[in-house]
Amino acid sequence: MRAKAITRLLFTVGVITWLALLFTDISVVFSTNAGITPDIPVWVPNVILNLFILSLYYYYKFKIERDEVLNFIDLLWRVFATGLVATVFSLALKLVEHLLGSTKLTTHPVFIDLLYIINLGLMVGFLIMAFSAWKRLILYQKSKWLLRLWNVFEWGLLFALLYNSLGFRTIQSGFGETVHIVLLTFFVILALVLSGNMKWVAYLNFRQKWTSLLLLLLTIFYLLYGFFTLSSLAESLELFPTVVFTNHQYHIFILSLITFVSIYSIFSFLVILFNLPTTSVFEQKLEEVVNFQRISQSIQTEQSEDSVYNILLETSVSTVFADAAWLEVKESERDAKIFTYKITDKEARDIIQHLSNQNVKGVLDQGSDKTKNLSKHLAALKGSRFRSILAFPIYVKGENIGTLALLKELADGFNKEMTKIVSTFANQAGISIENFRLMEEALQNERYKEELKIAKTVQKSLLPDVLEKDDDFDIAAFSESADEVGGDYYDTLRTNSNEVSLIIADVSGKGTTAAFHMSQMKGIFHSLAQDCIEPDLFMKRANQALVYCLERGSFISATFFVINKEQKKVRYSRAGHCPVLYYHAANDSIEYLKDKGIALGMVRNKSYANFIQANEFEYKPGDIMVLYTDGITEAKDKKGEEFGYDRLTQVLLEVKNESPKDIQTHLINRLYEFSETENINDDYTTMIVKFK
Amino acid sequence: MIHIKRLQEDGADVIALIGEIDASSSIELDLAIAKSVGEGFNKILIDCSSLEYISSAGLGVFMSYIEEFKDKNIKMVLFGMNEKVANTFEILGLYELLTIGKDKVQAKKLINEL
Repeated sequence: MRAKAITRLLFTVGVITWLALLFTDISVVFSTNAGITPDIPVWVPNVILNLFILSLYYYYKFKIERDEVLNFIDLLWRVFATGLVATVFSLALKLVEHLLGSTKLTTHPVFIDLLYIINLGLMVGFLIMAFSAWKRLILYQKSKWLLRLWNVFEWGLLFALLYNSLGFRTIQSGFGETVHIVLLTFFVILALVLSGNMKWVAYLNFRQKWTSLLLLLLTIFYLLYGFFTLSSLAESLELFPTVVFTNHQYHIFILSLITFVSIYSIFSFLVILFNLPTTSVFEQKLEEVVNFQRISQSIQTEQSEDSVYNILLETSVSTVFADAAWLEVKESERDAKIFTYKITDKEARDIIQHLSNQNVKGVLDQGSDKTKNLSKHLAALKGSRFRSILAFPIYVKGENIGTLALLKELADGFNKEMTKIVSTFANQAGISIENFRLMEEALQNERYKEELKIAKTVQKSLLPDVLEKDDDFDIAAFSESADEVGGDYYDTLRTNSNEVSLIIADVSGKGTTAAFHMSQMKGIFHSLAQDCIEPDLFMKRANQALVYCLERGSFISATFFVINKEQKKVRYSRAGHCPVLYYHAANDSIEYLKDKGIALGMVRNKSYANFIQANEFEYKPGDIMVLYTDGITEAKDKKGEEFGYDRLTQVLLEVKNESPKDIQTHLINRLYEFSETENINDDYTTMIVKFK
Repeated sequence: MIHIKRLQEDGADVIALIGEIDASSSIELDLAIAKSVGEGFNKILIDCSSLEYISSAGLGVFMSYIEEFKDKNIKMVLFGMNEKVANTFEILGLYELLTIGKDKVQAKKLINEL
């Protein structure tokens, strides 16, 4: 709003100063013509003219320089429009003068001066408008040096303006004339130097260049017309020897401005004219840049694979003026996916087939790193509209993963320059493909992680919250799994008032499969154990059941116990599970119970029964039974040494008099101390039974 | 991490396992054995002298071939295991399912007796 108010104010000031100029100059002319001394000093109109110039300068400065949206053509158009208005107005005045004919009025100096001042006002307005516009064009992509030069030019012009206000009359003297000429020469040279700045021309497209040429030509015409009209009016006023008026011919500022504006207009015109033939090249380069930008943006904005490849094909086609293109991406050894643009899949496959039939090496065989122009091979393919092909291998991390092919209906349609461009596109395609693959991988990983999370929850939920209690023994159990879920399982079940069944098992494999097998094991345990089954029979039945569930190569190691408190006996069978560590309180001895038995699922027929033993021992108060999985004995320290059986024995002996809970805590602490890390690499599972 | 070398001796295919076999590297073991079977060998010796560790998945690979070998009358003998690896085989009861020799000489003898 403020800027708008200022421009309005400046415009008003401009109009007022012009009216003042008109009034004062006419009164001076009138007085001097009549041969009397004017009431006002003769320098007044000149000062007012300068004020008029200044107000117009600032008016246009605000109007043009502050307007950010103006483009080059808009600028030229404004200059042209201002020139047009000024010229039409001036021509209208000429028409009026012509209609009035050669009367006393029309030849009177006051009338001529009126016309002169009107024309001067129009011309100055036009010049300052053009000056502001040219300033913007010259300072487009300015350098520090250029800005300094321009400032010198502007300050010089202001100086000229002041100089004229002060010493207008002295101009006709010898000294004045020398200054006059020196100043003018200075400005002309500066104008020439400044006119070398034409960077904006390069940014015009073909159409804009033609428009600019026309606008500039008319601008030059208006300048010439304005200059000659002013000069002829000034000359006719000079015919009156006594008349004193504000003669622009002595006004250095106006003369400099005319010179500058004209020089720049003519230069621009010529530069644009000579630039016309090369415009298409610049446009193409510009389009390439824009295209690359589009591709890189399309990759960043996570668009779908299809749309990114489509943009890639579309831009590469438009950049090298091809007619069609395809992108072949190898999915596996034999399979390839084809993305096409302006060509059907069938056509593309026909060409690929044809080239391979013709045994054309190094084109699409994706083994060659050379690009070939295959026009001569395509000529042999009947029914194809294409006569040129340009193919590029696409590399990702040094591995050839596809081909980018461009086609033209013209024979020999591709040149060396295009080859370079297409290679850039092929690189870009490689990056895109790589990106998608990485994204796919990341997604896959995310899915695996999610799956593991589920598996872990399932595994945890399969383990019992509460273990069976008995006055004859205490049980404590612990299970901690690594990030990769394993399949450790333990459980207890009271079958009658005297018997409790225990199981510890380790499912081979990891992740969801392991959790799945674990749940099967739980089902088997709960269904078989409740019938007070004997341990060896339990194993045989469990094996029989698992044969139908476990895939080839999977197995479950387990040990099943039945504790009978009436007989004070433990009956058990081991199916490939880690041997039980047993502490005899009576003679303070410790041993691993070595017996035979192979894991469940390893033998898939009735002969499994031959591999399973039924074992039995009596327990005494204070005896300890430690059940565990191989995660514990195979836990490694930093040097890679395993925790092992001996350390396990050692640890138990250290706390043989504690409760099962304390023994378990101690064992786990020792394990963490040993491995010296918080992150275990396997599952730690243990169940400790202490008899009373 | 496993490195597998194959060489033929006296009509038997000797597969040497060097390194560790875990869930991921067990696939390579599976491939090596499958290849040997595919090439028509009916005597396969597994050299475990440089095998430092084998996980349950690795053992599963041997297991999974037991029945197939029985049907096709292919003989397989393992040998040269270190104590730790042997213990793993023993705990799971594989000693009773697989033929395991002390060294190559004994293994060759065993395979001919089978």
